Amino acid sequence: MATKPISEPLRHPVNDPMIDPRTGEFAVIAPGHNFASVTQKISNVVLTSHTPLGWFFGLIAAAGVLTMMIVAITWLVLRGVGIWGVTIPGAWGFAIVNFVWWIGIGHAGTLISAILLLFKQSWRNSINRFAEAMTIFAVCCAGLFPVLHIGRPWLGYWLFPYPNTMNIWPQFRSPLCWDVFAVSTYATISVVFWYIGMVPDFGTLRDKATHPFPKWFYGLLSLGWRGSTRHWMRYETASLLLAGLSTPLVLSVHTVISFDFAVAALPGWHTTIFPPYFVAGAIYSGFAMVLTLAIPIRKFYHMEDLVTLRHLDNMAKVMLGTGLIVAYGYGTEVFFAWYSASHWEWFMMWNRMFGPMGWGYWMLILTNIAIPLFTLWWRKLRVNVTYLFILSLIINTGMWFERFVIVVTSLYRDYLPSSWGTYRATKWDYMLYVGTMGFFTFLFLLFTRFAPMIPMNEIKMMLPQAKLAGGLDAEETVEETA
Amino acid sequence: MPVEEGVYGLLAEFNTPGAMVHATEQARAAGYRRMECYTPYPVEEAATALDVHHTRVPLLTLMGGLMGLTTAFLMQTWMSAISYPINVAGRPLFSWPAFMIPAYEWTILFAGLSAAFGMLALNGLPQPYHPLFNAPNFRTGATDNKFFLCLEAADPRFELADTRAFLEQFHAVSVVEVDL
Repeated sequence: MATKPISEPLRHPVNDPMIDPRTGEFAVIAPGHNFASVTQKISNVVLTSHTPLGWFFGLIAAAGVLTMMIVAITWLVLRGVGIWGVTIPGAWGFAIVNFVWWIGIGHAGTLISAILLLFKQSWRNSINRFAEAMTIFAVCCAGLFPVLHIGRPWLGYWLFPYPNTMNIWPQFRSPLCWDVFAVSTYATISVVFWYIGMVPDFGTLRDKATHPFPKWFYGLLSLGWRGSTRHWMRYETASLLLAGLSTPLVLSVHTVISFDFAVAALPGWHTTIFPPYFVAGAIYSGFAMVLTLAIPIRKFYHMEDLVTLRHLDNMAKVMLGTGLIVAYGYGTEVFFAWYSASHWEWFMMWNRMFGPMGWGYWMLILTNIAIPLFTLWWRKLRVNVTYLFILSLIINTGMWFERFVIVVTSLYRDYLPSSWGTYRATKWDYMLYVGTMGFFTFLFLLFTRFAPMIPMNEIKMMLPQAKLAGGLDAEETVEETA
Repeated sequence: MPVEEGVYGLLAEFNTPGAMVHATEQARAAGYRRMECYTPYPVEEAATALDVHHTRVPLLTLMGGLMGLTTAFLMQTWMSAISYPINVAGRPLFSWPAFMIPAYEWTILFAGLSAAFGMLALNGLPQPYHPLFNAPNFRTGATDNKFFLCLEAADPRFELADTRAFLEQFHAVSVVEVDL
C-alpha cells in the first residue's frame, strides 16, 4: 500500500489514535496496550467474581429459546418426522436447509483461524478465538438436523463403520456417507484446534486466578503449560500444521455437502458450480455471523481497542469478495439453465424465479446480493458498526434463503407434472430452527464467560514491545524500561 | 559436578524479550547448555538463541496422515468389495474414486490428531507439577508479562555462586533459586 504524503488533506481527524495520520489506515489494535494490560483486560472477563447482569439476562433468554428446541426434539422423537412439513416430493425440507446453513456459518471460523494464519494476516488474532467457538457451536447445531432427519435418531450410529452383528457396512459410494466422514472430521479437528489454541491462555488464567476453584479448573485445562520456548516452538509448528490441514478440510466439507445435491440427477441440483459456490456462500454467511457476534461482544465487554474498526472493515471486505463469488454463482446457474438448452433445467429456473415460491428467490437476491453488494463498497458504511450489524443479519437471512431456494424449489417440481407437490414448513420446523439459535447463543454465552474469548498470547505477539528493536540491543531495551 | 542438592536451577527474570534473548545468547556462548526460556508468547529469537527450532511434530503429522489414508482406503475396500459386496446398479465393487473422499477426510483427521497430541506428547504435557512453579515470581509473571531464563543445575557448568554472578550481570529484575 502506497503511503500518502502528509501534505495531502486528511480524510480523518488527526487526533484519532486509531488512525495512522500518514496512511489513513486503521490500527489493528489500539495503541497504549502492554503485555500486562492485555492479560488483565481479557482474563478479567473470565476471572471476575462479578458476572455482568446482562450476561444473565442473555443466558435466560437463550435458555428459553433452547427449551423450544428441546420440546421440538422431544415431540419429534415421540411422533416421528411426520410432524415436519417434509413430504414427497419435498422430502428435504428445513432439516437440510438448516443443516447446510449452520455448517456454512461455521466455515468462517475455520477460515479465520486457518487460512488467514497461513497468509500471515495478523489482524485475525483478535477475532479467531470466538470465531472458532462459533464454528464449533454452529457444527453442534448443524449436526442435530441430519441426525433427527433420519427419523430414528437413536440409531444414528449406524452411519459409522463399526463392527456389528448385522454384518452390514455403510455405503461408501454415497455422498450422504461422505457427509458423515466430512462433518465428524470437521467437528473433531475444530475442537482440537480450538482447545490447543487455548492451552497457553488457560495457563494465564490459572496463574491469574485467586480463588482455588478456578485455579484448579484452569490448571487442569492448561495441562501444566509454562511457556517454555521448546514447547512454544512445537506448539507453533502444530498450530501451523493444523491450520494447513484445516484449510483443505474446510473447503472439502462444504464441497462434500454440495455433492449431496450435485450427485442427484435433479434439475437445479445437478450442477458443477456447486462446490466452489457453496464454499464461497459458507464463508460469506460465516463472516456475517462473526460480525453478528463480534459487534455486540466488543460493545458489551468494551473490547473496542482489541477488536477494532480495522477488523470490521476487513471482514466487510471479505464479505464483499465472497458475496461477489456468490453473485457470480447465481448468474452462472441462470446462464447454464439457458445455455444447456435443457428443457427441465430451464423450467426449474423459471419456476424458481416466477413460480409459486418465486418470492423466496427474490428475497434471496435482495438480501444476499442487492443490499450488501451495492453498499459494502463504501468505506463509510464498512466502518459503521450499526450498519454492519444490521447487514450481517440481512446476509444471514439471505444465505438461509439461498439454501431454502436450492432445496425446495428444485425438489417440489421435477420432471413429471403428475409428481409435483409443494412444501410448507410446520410450526415444529420453525420451533426447531429457532430453537437451535437459542442453543447456539446459550453455548456462546457460556464460552464468553468461562474461556478467554480473545487469544492473549497472540495479541501480545502483535504489540510493539514484542518486536526486538534493532536486532538484539538488550542494553538499550533494559534502560528504556528502567 | 557441583550440583546443590535440591536445586533445580537459577531463574533470571527480565522485563523485555530483548534482555532475555541477550542473556540467553551470552549463556550459550559461555558454554551453558541445559537451559530454557519461558515467555508469555512465542519468541522466535529465543528459539534461535537456544537452537531449538527443529521439531519432530511435522514428521508425526505426516505419519498420522499416511496412516489415516491407508486405514480409510483399505477399510472401505475390504468392507465394500470383500466383506459385504453389494451390486448397486452394476457399479464396480472396488469403486476407488468414491472411496477417496472418506480416505481424504481420514487423512486430515489422523494427521490433525497426530499434530495436536504429538505436540503435547513431545512437550511432556500434561505435567501438573514442575519445579519452576515453586518460584513465586514465575507463577505470577511467566504467562503474563515477564521473560525468564532458567539455567538448570543439571548443566555441568552450573555452579551456584558463579552462575548467579553470571546471570546478575544482565540487569535481570531478579535471580532466584528454584527448589527441586
